[in-house]
Amino acid sequence: MKVMEEIKLMKGNEAIAHAAIRCGCDGYFGYPITPQSEVMETLMQEKPWETTGMVVLQAESEVAAINMVYGGAGCGKKVLTSSSSPGVSLKQEGISYIACAELPCLIVNVMRGGPGLGTIQPSQADYFQAVKGGGHGDYKLIVLAPSSVQEMADFTVLALDLAFKYNTPSMLLADGIVGQMMEKVVLPPFVPRRTEEEIRQQCPWATTGKVNRKSNVITSLALQAEEMEETNLRLQRKYAQIVENEVRFEEVQCDDADYILVAFGSCARVGEKVVELARNEGIKLGLLRPITLWPFPTKEIQRLAKQVKGFMSLELSAGQMVEDVRLAVNGTVPVEFYGRQGGVVPLAEETLAALKEKLVK
Amino acid sequence: MTAKEIIKPENLVYTKTKVMTDVPMHYCPGCSHGVIHKLIAEAIEEMGIQEKTIGVAPVGCSVFAYNYLDVDFQEAAHGRAPAVATAIKRLQPDKCVFTYQGDGDLAAIGTAETIHTCNRGENIVIFFINNAIYGMTGGQMAPTTLEGMKTSTCPYGRNTDIYGFPLKISDLLAELDGTCYVTRQSVHKVGNIVKAKKAIKKALQNSMDGKGTSVVEFVSSCNSGWKMSPHKANLWMEENMFAKYPLGDLKDTEKKHYGQ
Ligand SMILES: Cc1ncc(C[n+]2csc(CCOP(=O)(O)OP(=O)(O)O)c2C)c(N)n1
Ligand code: SF4
Repeated sequence: MKVMEEIKLMKGNEAIAHAAIRCGCDGYFGYPITPQSEVMETLMQEKPWETTGMVVLQAESEVAAINMVYGGAGCGKKVLTSSSSPGVSLKQEGISYIACAELPCLIVNVMRGGPGLGTIQPSQADYFQAVKGGGHGDYKLIVLAPSSVQEMADFTVLALDLAFKYNTPSMLLADGIVGQMMEKVVLPPFVPRRTEEEIRQQCPWATTGKVNRKSNVITSLALQAEEMEETNLRLQRKYAQIVENEVRFEEVQCDDADYILVAFGSCARVGEKVVELARNEGIKLGLLRPITLWPFPTKEIQRLAKQVKGFMSLELSAGQMVEDVRLAVNGTVPVEFYGRQGGVVPLAEETLAALKEKLVK
Repeated sequence: MTAKEIIKPENLVYTKTKVMTDVPMHYCPGCSHGVIHKLIAEAIEEMGIQEKTIGVAPVGCSVFAYNYLDVDFQEAAHGRAPAVATAIKRLQPDKCVFTYQGDGDLAAIGTAETIHTCNRGENIVIFFINNAIYGMTGGQMAPTTLEGMKTSTCPYGRNTDIYGFPLKISDLLAELDGTCYVTRQSVHKVGNIVKAKKAIKKALQNSMDGKGTSVVEFVSSCNSGWKMSPHKANLWMEENMFAKYPLGDLKDTEKKHYGQ
C-alpha cells in the first residue's frame, strides 16, 4: 500500500523547528530576533522535551546561545541555534571556537538588511561573513542556501548530517523571505534521538564522562606555534575534502544557454521568472543556483564559462557572491552584477532590464 | 620507625589523588590555583564521581586546568564557561558539571552568563577564583581589584572616580533565586583548606541533587601579579582582601528546584 505523504502549509522558520525535532536533535539554544523568532517560538509551542526529550532553551544573548551550542556539541549532542544578521555577528567568536575544536552543529542565519541594526526586511548581505570566515582565524563553514520552505526542512537535516560527517559547524544561510513565506512542505520522517551508547560510539572524543578511557578534552588552544599550525593544516585537509565531495547546485535551462544568471535563496526564485521572461524575448538565459555557497560550485561555473557569453549575479546585497563567480570565471567572459539592498527585493522585470543593459547588448 | 617501615603501605598517611594527573603545573609558586585544583580533585575522588564529572575551563591562568584534573573537560571562550556548562548539564542531567573561573572571566567579560546561569538555577557548580587581578595577561585591573590597589592598568592605584568600585559579585549572586549555596573561602592556611574542601563537596553534591547553582568563591593571592613574595601576598590578602571580601557562607538554602 502506498503511504500518503503528509503535506503541511507553514513558514520556512517553522519548518526548521519541525525538522530539528524530527531528525533527532538534542538541543536548541537561541535568542529572539526578527525575522527568525518563529524557530524558537515553534519549538516552545511543540514542547519536544515532553516527546523526544529535546532541550529548548532561550538564552540571555546570542553570545550565550552559541556557547551553549559549543557545550552541547562538545558532548556529541545534535544541537543548533538560529538568529538573524546582528545576532549572527555576535556569534562569530563562538563559531570560530567551534570550528577549531572540530565540533558538529548547525547555525541558522535568516538574514536581514544591514549594516548596523538595519532593517527587518530580507537581505543576503551576510554572504561574505558566512563563506569567508566571519570570526577570527582560518576556518570554513559548510554553508547551505535554501530557497523554499521545503529546503528549509530538508537542509536542516542535511546540514546536521554533513556537520557530523566532517565534525565541523554548518550554516543554513537563508533570508527573511524564505524564513517568513508560507509554502507546502513534506516534513522529514521521525528519527529517534541517539542513545548515550550510540553517542559514545559515534563521537568517541565527546565529553560524555571518563568511563574506561582517557579523559576527553574539547579545546581550541595550543600555545606552541607548531602545534597550532598542525591544527590549521588538519582543518585545511578537511576543507579540501569537503570541496571535493560536497558541492551542490541546481541548474535551470543551462544546457543551451548563452547567458547564465547566478542566484541563491529567494533571489533564485526571482531568477526562475527572469529566465522565463528572457526566453519569451528570445534570449537564451539559464539559471545556476548554488545550493552550497561554501563549497562554491567553482568547477561548474568554469565548465559553463566555456559555453556561454557571460554571467550575471543577482543578489540582495551590493555584490558579494559575484566575487566568487569572477574568481571562477577568471576573466574569460564578462561577469556582471545586479542587486538591491537594504531589504528591497528586485523584480524579475527590472532584473531582465539590467541583464539586457549590462550583458546582452 | 625505621626508613624501611615508613615506606610500608600500612604506614601510608597521604597519597596524591588519582584525579590529579602527573603533568607539572605551570602556576607560579605560591599561587592559590594549585591548592584549589587539588581540593577539587580530592573531592571528586572521595565522592566517587570521576566518571560522571565534566569540567569547564576558563580563559585565564587556569586555562590549562584540564591538564591537571583527570576528568572530561571543555575549554570555553573568555567568560562563557557558565553558558557552556548550562548546555552540558541540560543535555546530560546525570553528570556533575562545574566551571572554574577567574574574576575577569566571571565578573567582567562573562558577567551576563554568570548572572543568568545562576538566575536560571542551573544545576552546576561555579568555582570562582578571586585574586583581584588579571593574572594571565600580566596583572591588569580586574573588576574585583581593591580601591587604591596598583595594577598595570591602574598604575597609580584604583581610584573609584576613574575606575569604579570593586565588584562583590558573589553577594549579588546570593541575591538570585536560582542559587542554592554561595560561599566565600580561602586556601592560605590549613584550617581554611579544610573548610574549603567541605564547601567544594557540598557544592558538588548540590549539583548532583538538582538543588540549583552553587558558587564557591576562593579569595586568592596572585603573588606574581601583586608583585609580592608568596608569604607577603598571603599576609596582604588577610589584611586587605578579607576586609572587602569577608569569608563565610553568603547563602545556603534547601530549595526545591524546578526544571530538568
Ligand atoms: C575575548 C578575549 N578577550 C581578552 C582575552 C585576553 N585575556 C586572557 S586571560 C584574561 C584575564 C584573565 O583574568 P582572570 O579571569 O582574573 O584570571 P586569572 O588569570 O587571574 O586567573 C584576558 C583579558 C581573551 N583571551 N579573549
Ligand atoms: S600569575 Fe598569578 S594567578 Fe597566574 S599562576 Fe601566577 S600567581 Fe597564579
